[in-house]
Amino acid sequence: MTVKNQKYRLKIPSVTENLQMIRNFVLKIATKAGFDEETREQIALAVDEACTNVIKHAHHHDAKRLMDIEIRTDASKMKIIITDQGRGFDITKLQKPDIEKYIKEARHGGLGIYLIKTLMDEVNYEFNPGVKNQVELTKYISKPATT
Amino acid sequence: MENFEIDRVDRSEVSILRLKGFLDAHTAPNFEQAIQNLIEESRYKIIISMTELNYISSAGLGVFMGFIEEIREKNGDIKLSNMTDKVYKVFDLLGFPALYQIFKEEAEAEQEYSKK
Repeated sequence: MTVKNQKYRLKIPSVTENLQMIRNFVLKIATKAGFDEETREQIALAVDEACTNVIKHAHHHDAKRLMDIEIRTDASKMKIIITDQGRGFDITKLQKPDIEKYIKEARHGGLGIYLIKTLMDEVNYEFNPGVKNQVELTKYISKPATT
Repeated sequence: MENFEIDRVDRSEVSILRLKGFLDAHTAPNFEQAIQNLIEESRYKIIISMTELNYISSAGLGVFMGFIEEIREKNGDIKLSNMTDKVYKVFDLLGFPALYQIFKEEAEAEQEYSKK
């Protein structure tokens, strides 16, 4: 059976009420791509976290600014590319959060990026502050064998 | 459309918040408000019951973290119960089981409060 490469795109206002719609969009495509239920949910959570970051930190809840979510699938993987038009932050500088420290500081949030990195197989981040930032999340249908 | 609900049950000193639906960055402020209300009423013995919680993202987890210090300082706690495997996995990824008591049933969490 040959599996054709597929491409999907969702351009959507940067408001949290759209998160549910975004998760459903991701879940449907992940189902079609052949991921099991647990993996589908991991991908949807990672995309939710990435979009939440865009809504809060890059677009500041501005519904007029659109998030661009592009999904590419092939026989081996699903790749989600999320592009914003705002300020960025450097994902490579983030370590596993110190939960106790967060509690002490009564700090909300900040855990999303750790979740993204844990749930996905590959995370690439490209940022160009003020112009656009792009995060690329990849999940393999079955993880590639380590060589 | 609201896809998240909280039912509150007060039993003596203990308050149970039963979460239903999807807890994400959109709905987390409702959860935050519910805990804030308990604090304002000086009700610090809290159980968060999650039988019907379908989904949680870090925005929801942040609410648990945001209040716990203040509540424990008042000799209270937030105890968790009735989690589905799916929701537990997210808590587990972030190391919550080391910091929060997690029970299978609400009744077990209630018993824990009555021990002292």
